[in-house]
Formats: sequence, structure tokens, C-alpha cells
Amino acid sequence: MSNRIFSNLMHDIKLGKFVFTGELEPEKTTNLDELFKGVKLLLNHVVACNVTDNPQSMGYISSLVASYAVQKETGMEVIYQLRCSDRNRLALLSDLLGAGYLGIKNILALTGDHTSIGDNSGAKPVFDLDSGQLIYLIRKMVEKGVDLEGNHIENPPKFHVGAAGNPNADPLEPEILKIGRKVNAGAEFIQTQVIFDIEQAERFLKAVERYRVPVLIGVFPTKSYGVASYFDKYIPGVSVPQDLLDKLKKVSEISDKKLRKEKYAEENLEFFGDFFNELIKTSAAGIHVMAVGYEKITCKLIDRVRGKASWIEREQIYK
Amino acid sequence: MIITEQKNIEEIMDNLEKYKRIIVVGCDLCATACQTGGEEQVKQMIEHLKENWDGQVLNSLTIESTCDVRLTKRDLKKIQEDVENADAFLVMSCGIGCQTVAEITTKPIIPTNNTMFIGQTERIGKYHEFCKACGDCLLAETGGICPITRCAKSLLNGPCGGVVDGKCEVGNYVNDCAWNLIYNRLKELDQLAVFEILRFPKNYVISNNPRNIDKTRRPA
Repeated sequence: MSNRIFSNLMHDIKLGKFVFTGELEPEKTTNLDELFKGVKLLLNHVVACNVTDNPQSMGYISSLVASYAVQKETGMEVIYQLRCSDRNRLALLSDLLGAGYLGIKNILALTGDHTSIGDNSGAKPVFDLDSGQLIYLIRKMVEKGVDLEGNHIENPPKFHVGAAGNPNADPLEPEILKIGRKVNAGAEFIQTQVIFDIEQAERFLKAVERYRVPVLIGVFPTKSYGVASYFDKYIPGVSVPQDLLDKLKKVSEISDKKLRKEKYAEENLEFFGDFFNELIKTSAAGIHVMAVGYEKITCKLIDRVRGKASWIEREQIYK
Repeated sequence: MIITEQKNIEEIMDNLEKYKRIIVVGCDLCATACQTGGEEQVKQMIEHLKENWDGQVLNSLTIESTCDVRLTKRDLKKIQEDVENADAFLVMSCGIGCQTVAEITTKPIIPTNNTMFIGQTERIGKYHEFCKACGDCLLAETGGICPITRCAKSLLNGPCGGVVDGKCEVGNYVNDCAWNLIYNRLKELDQLAVFEILRFPKNYVISNNPRNIDKTRRPA
């Protein structure tokens, strides 16, 4: 890892603090007011928020524009997600320079879902670069002030770059080796795909320990049974525990809307409250809470464990 | 082999509509192997035309290799009069054969096939895309499995997150994840160190189309 620190996220990670990050999903719209409202709730709870880039290859508002707008309107630091599915290396470079100009400090470099699974399924898939190569490009820009061909960049950007990890991968070993590749390419932190199981988290953390990279474990409190079962069915490798699904299903059958909402919150707080308590005892650098549009729960869960995680041990792990 | 599939017959007939005198051309190589343009298919096509089209088939032939300008020129020369009288060619080969006939005759051509890919034959009627002709073969470092072709994203540093039980989400979990296959093969070969290396971005200058090779000229 570079010794230079550009963002609050990296500052806290390097300090050995147990960090929380949130997730924002700007959609097919030109109005971000609702998004800003959610972000404001997360201020002082998460150190930064990911801003998704065409998640699942759905054609949404530019993540760069939304990232800039979130930082400007709310003061929340963002982790700008950037996928290779839709842009060749020239377009990626342009967006990265633009992100530098706009004051973006963290990037999550992603290969991205295949275009054929999205809502414009006939789109030409790009994948000129992949996540590892994008990380390599970003670090070259930041550290050496050049692009992939070695062309000089005037006033290079200052970013930290993270990579995704998938503890659900089966088999896991190729995924672990791939994370090693991405760390060697310059990834400074890992945010994982959602998991629901502490043993799975521990297994993954143990497997990537050798790379000495901070890992934020992805968790996913869900607003409804529908969302949970969608994730369970359609997100590759993600499996929501059956008992949680059963409980959420039972809640979904409550006809009174207000009561249903309360019960959903209760179930989430119970399940994820325990999970958070276990996660803070692991070697993870933090938790990435992907509760899109469910900021109230994110805040409550974080409040419950805030200050409980020890700092010093983590500091030693990443140095 | 170049894998071809016959087009929908309605599309072929629609394209034939404005012509009255045609020559049917098949190919003895790939289209014969794929059963989309061999002697038998040419015969069947002529039978179909007799029953469903009011034009005239002036002649028909299969060429040893329709994509070879020399052979196609030679064989078409043998039926020069019909070639001159024909107002179109129905070509039952791949896109290369079609273009070769079009270039030589300068007449309208109607392809009967869609050219699908460069593929491996498992058995007649069952083919798998194995090569994208990227011009920079990396099979030596990927356990003999091409990720450019067999990974839906053509990743040089896979696998990605779209895998369940070793199957790729693109195409609904039918295809094996190429990077899982590569991992398994390299493991068997005790070459996992190669798997861990970050492969740098591909140089697409090599595959900018159209590509030409000319080894016939002597160096200056």
C-alpha cells in the first residue's frame, strides 16, 4: 500500500479503525433527491458510500455524476464504482480523469456483470479491460502519473482503489488467487459480495490473510421478503439462510403495512445485530452494508456495535 | 472449421423473390461437414426451389473450397455461359465463400447460411466455439483453454463473479466457466503459478479488421 492517504476511508482503515461503508444505487432517473435524503441519514455512521455503476447491467444514471453530486450535496465521501462492461480503456481513462477533477477519492474497480443480463440485453459488451487491469491502470495513474501506454498525465488524480471479492465463489480457490492478482496489481482494499454466515466470513478472511489487504465484509439487510428471495435466487452464489427467508416470508404475510415494516426491521436487527457482533471480532477491516434504501436499519445496526471493535490489532495486520 | 447454420427458409425465399435465373453454389469443405452446403444440401435446395419458386436454376455446383479465389474462378469458368445469364447466385457456404463468389462474378448473391463461428465438431450437428482468431494465441499459458472465446467476457484475468457450480450465468448456466476450467487444468498440470499472474491488457491493433497476410512479396 502507498503511504499517501487521500481519503477518510483509507485514513480510518490505516488507523486500524473498524470501518463501515454504505451503498447507494442511483437508478434510471435524473432526480437524486431521494438518494440524498438517504445519504444524509448515513452521515456520521459510515465513513463512505459506494455509488453503484449500472448494477446488474441495468442502464442507470452515470455513477460518476451521482458520486460527484452525493459528495457535493451531502458531504458524504463516496467510493465511485467503475465497471469495465461498458467502457473501453479510453473511456475509463477519461472518466477517471474526470473523477479526479471532481474530487472523488476512492474507486471500486469492477469487471462488471455481462451486458446480456441487464435491461438493454442487446448491448455490445466491452470488457476491453478487466478489474485487475483497471486497478493496474488506476495505480499507474496515481503513482506514476501515466496511462497504460506510459503517456504523461498532467496533474495526476489521487485515488485509492479497491476490488471486489466473492466469498460465495465455489470453488473458492481460484477466487482467492484472483484477489491475490488484484492486490498485486495495486488493490488497496477489498469489499466483498454479500454473505450471511460468520463461518463463511472467517473462511474467506483466513484465505486472503496472506495478501495483508483490508477486507470489508458485505452484508445485506433486506427491506422485504421479495428482495431477499430475489437475491437468493438470482445473484450468483448468494444464498440467504433458509431460517431468515422463512422469517421474512412470515412478515411479508402481515397485512398491516406499518406493522409489517416494524417486523421487517425487528427481524433485520435481530439477525444482523448478531452477525455484526460476530464480524467485529474477526480480522475484517470493516463492514460494507449494502442496505440500499434502508438507511435507518444500517444506522441502527452500526450504532449497536460502534466502539466495540478493537483498533490496534487491525493496524498491525495491514502495515 | 467455419461453422455455418442454414438460414430460415422464408428469409432465403424472400431474398430470392426479385430474381428469375440463378446458379446454386455449394462448398466441399466446411459447409459440407456442417451439412449446410454440400452436394446433398444443394440437391435438396434445388428440389425445394422447384416446388416453391417460379424462377429457373440455370446450373449448380459445389466448389472444392469456395473461399479460394483460384478454385472458385476455375469452376465458374467451366459454366461461363450460365454465369453470364444468371441474375443472381444462391451461395450455400460461409460468408467468405459468398463474398468470393460475389467478388468474382460481380452479381448479386443470396447467402443461405449464417456463419456462426470457428468451432470444434463434437459430432455432426454439435459444434462448440473455440477460437476468436484474436491473432495473439495465449493457449500456452491457459492450459490449452481459450478464455477469449470460452469466457463470455473474454477476460484475461478471470474468473468473474458470474459463476455458479462452475457454470457461467451468461446463457443461463449452460456453458462451463472457462476460467474454472483453466484453473482446474493448470492445477492438474502443476502450473498454478501461471494462473496467479496478472495478464496485461490486450493489444487490439493485432486484431483490427480487416486483417490481411501477404507472405508472397519478397522483402525489399
